[in-house]
Amino acid sequence: MRRTTAISFDEVRRRRGFQVLAILSLLIAAALIISVNTGYIRLTPLELLHTLLGRGTDKQELILFDFRLPRIVISILVGAGLAVSGAVMQGVFRNDLADPGILGINAGAGLMVMLLISFYPATTSAPVFMLPLVAFVGAACTAAMIYALAYKWHQGISPIRLLLTGVAVAAGMSAAMIVLTLRLDPDKYQFVATWLAGSIWGTRWKFVLSLLPWILILLPYVIYKARVMNVLNLGDQTATGLGAAVIKEQFRLLGAAVGLAAASVAVSGGIGFVGLIGPHLARRLVGPKHQLMLPASALLGSLLVLTADTIGRRILQPSEIPTGIVVAVIGAPYFLYLLARTRS
Amino acid sequence: MSQQTAAGTGPLGRQNEVKLRSRPWAATLILVGGLIALALGIAVSVSFGAADIKLPVVWSAVFHFNPDITDHQIIRELRLPRVLGGVMIGASFAVAGAIMQGMTRNPLADSGLMGINSGAGFALALCFAFMPNLPFMSLILYSFAGAGAGAAIVYGVGSLAKGGLTPARLVLAGAALSALLSALSEGVALYYKIGQDLAFWYAGGIAGTKWFQLKIMFPWVFAAILGAIVLSRSITMLSLGDEVARGLGQRTGLVKLAGALIVLILAGSSVSVVGAVGFIGLIIPHLTRYLVGVDYRWIIPCSAVLGSLLVVLADLAARTVIPQHETPLGAVLALIGVPFFLYLARKERREL
Repeated sequence: MRRTTAISFDEVRRRRGFQVLAILSLLIAAALIISVNTGYIRLTPLELLHTLLGRGTDKQELILFDFRLPRIVISILVGAGLAVSGAVMQGVFRNDLADPGILGINAGAGLMVMLLISFYPATTSAPVFMLPLVAFVGAACTAAMIYALAYKWHQGISPIRLLLTGVAVAAGMSAAMIVLTLRLDPDKYQFVATWLAGSIWGTRWKFVLSLLPWILILLPYVIYKARVMNVLNLGDQTATGLGAAVIKEQFRLLGAAVGLAAASVAVSGGIGFVGLIGPHLARRLVGPKHQLMLPASALLGSLLVLTADTIGRRILQPSEIPTGIVVAVIGAPYFLYLLARTRS
Repeated sequence: MSQQTAAGTGPLGRQNEVKLRSRPWAATLILVGGLIALALGIAVSVSFGAADIKLPVVWSAVFHFNPDITDHQIIRELRLPRVLGGVMIGASFAVAGAIMQGMTRNPLADSGLMGINSGAGFALALCFAFMPNLPFMSLILYSFAGAGAGAAIVYGVGSLAKGGLTPARLVLAGAALSALLSALSEGVALYYKIGQDLAFWYAGGIAGTKWFQLKIMFPWVFAAILGAIVLSRSITMLSLGDEVARGLGQRTGLVKLAGALIVLILAGSSVSVVGAVGFIGLIIPHLTRYLVGVDYRWIIPCSAVLGSLLVVLADLAARTVIPQHETPLGAVLALIGVPFFLYLARKERREL
């Protein structure tokens, strides 16, 4: 009797989970249509359809295929990457407030990207594919550094020490970035400042191409590891008892999370809080099982960044607000709310 | 020794270990030695720079000023206000940090970490953008208001939390609020194209300190530090815990209000001059407590002197290490402050 209720409860939850995923996908599609219509020059849905079918004017095709679509695709990829990265970090560290931004990993990636930009002429096309790679190196070094600094013999990693260490390292990184910014000439400065504020700046297809492989490989990999993450969530001892190679799995997952964050940061700058909000809302909507939670985080992250980007383009036309700022305005209060709610 | 540091840096519910020990001799030594070192530091700071100026010239520039001599002009208009500004903000941030750490019994308290600096910074960004011709006097007042708003939000969120106000929570709330406010400031800066001005100012723009700023700031800072010294006995009691303080017959609410006001004045006016410089208020009170013990009657004046000394030396380093490119003061202090913060975070035994 008990067993059947348990199974049916699981079944209900799963069915609800798939409904949530479907609804989120629909919302993203809606946001996409609105986003295409938003901007200095508007395209009505009908014009959009025509242009997609190859019957639009040259101007419409230019706007759609060369500007709007790549940007939208990047928003979606970045959102998914950051949100899943946050979800994995929260799972691995078992800390609800973990997020690549708060842990300073975005700052590490950003610092490396900025070094590349300030020593490389921004106009040449060579760095574009190097960006995610360079960002990955920066992010991985930062992650290793934070891990080492927060690690204590016999005690391992305490969640709160991890966060404090991350906050401090991020402060150091941004101080270094400020030093670098001041040495730039005004033109490059404007670019870097916009980038730091978290702007989707790589609005061309080659940026999509540089980001896509990272997301396409790491996202499925993480979702494939969902069962392992469920086990890890039970605590180190229980997980070891259940036969999981805890340390090894943690490192693999963290590596994937760092890669996702780094590649996203490379094309989007410092968009914070997505990795925090995505997983939290996802957990609320579909429950803590990672099989559903990870895809839901990805969709929520995409939805958030896409919406924020659209809002940013909309509010102060013709100049635009960087997406990261819009996300921070939504995300920081949510973080504070979570902080006030969580029990010690 | 170790007991004293335990009393100083970890006063979190371990009252039975706390020994109220202070070292007046060490404190006197620090005050006298610190003031001498400060005077030397000021002299060196005034004479070194892109143009090295000999000390006798400095002397005559101060006491027999002749506007026709370029060196005199440089000293009067650039170097003196800069170094005096450094003295003032160093003392301000350090005393503000000492008061906060004492009152909240939070070893990680610092105006930079707790959203006060970024609150003041955001208020100023708004002023820069919307009221570009605002006189400095009003700018300072807006800065106070911003500092107060930042502190109120961080403190409010921290204390709303289930399980109460813990050091780590305050730091996290401060970090999130700082992220929000600096995002907003950046947005304003980008839109109104005041970015690089604001960035330089954020990074600790002590270089541009003007006499009139110092004149306006001085009475506030002076009065606030004096107030802090008057309040120091009560802060010592508060640092033992609210209940102890109340048991000793103190009106804790009143003291806290006065303390908070002093912190806002000190941090707010400093931010309005040099931008959001962090970590002074974290490092100096710890160092001072380590040296002079747990009596705030000694901690506060010693913090003021040591804070000034730190900023003067950091500024000197910022300008002389790489002479062509000035390193912002905030970056130099972060270089010292981040490892120190990491050390404190590691030492912290209690969990969230």
